[in-house]
Amino acid sequence: MVKAVSEFHLPPYARTMGMEIDHIDDGGVPVIAMDFAERVQGRPGFLHGGAIGGLLEMAAHAALRAELERQGSDYRIKPVNISIEYLRGGVQVRTFARGEVIRAGRRVANVRVEAWQGDRSKLVASSWMNFLLAPPKG
Amino acid sequence: MNKDEKAATLMQTILPEGFVFDPERGARWFTRAGHTGFLGMEYHDHGPDWIELALPWREDLVGVEETGVLASGPIISLLDNATSMSVWTRQGTFNPQVTLDLRIDYVRAATPGKTVIARAECYQVRRSMAFVRGIAHDGDAGDPIAHTAGIFMLVSSEGWSKP
Repeated sequence: MVKAVSEFHLPPYARTMGMEIDHIDDGGVPVIAMDFAERVQGRPGFLHGGAIGGLLEMAAHAALRAELERQGSDYRIKPVNISIEYLRGGVQVRTFARGEVIRAGRRVANVRVEAWQGDRSKLVASSWMNFLLAPPKG
Repeated sequence: MNKDEKAATLMQTILPEGFVFDPERGARWFTRAGHTGFLGMEYHDHGPDWIELALPWREDLVGVEETGVLASGPIISLLDNATSMSVWTRQGTFNPQVTLDLRIDYVRAATPGKTVIARAECYQVRRSMAFVRGIAHDGDAGDPIAHTAGIFMLVSSEGWSKP
């Protein structure tokens, strides 16, 4: 049974970091959000690059899950790699991230992800991520 | 005062003259609070141009509930911090810097329950950029779980942090 996007279950790490599904956008893609707190702070007053990376990965994962669901696929997703460009310092407000599935083939999926804060056009980070797709076990 | 003089003055209020970056003390300082403290990062070891940080496995940092495999997010954080500190380790001093770019290849899943160790090396520093690389492993450095390469941009201390 394929899980609906609305049931997309954020893993313990994401919940620990305060990540949540902010909303499902018009394209059917879950937008993941994370509030600023001491637990995501790097240098004083700014978001930690690793926390931004973790948020980007979660958004990429959620976008791909949603795309596979549309295709009626229940394949498992394994991260292969990620490349992150940090574009500006993340300040002490809520951060959003959204993934765009460029291609979901039979074995590999390629996803672009962006993170922003108040202004959607001013990106905090931009990233691409590749995933390996594997048939469900059993 | 021009911008550079201001920055230099500000830096001196942060660092005493003749300051030498001690990787062990520095790593303990940078992992005491904030995101690094929250994740539970620890100093592990260092050499002239490399440093190792450790991240003990924790149930609330898991990425796949069914298997107990650590999420990759904490591994990004660990590699980001270790590579960043490798720059100061190589230079023997602290310079404000920000991550420009970081790439991580996950070559295998981390073993559930095991501490992850990041070993990071700064292999080149230029006027405005520092180049780094590293691995993450869970006990055997010959069998890494991830490889990383990144670049840090050296910046003015002005506005670097908002204490």
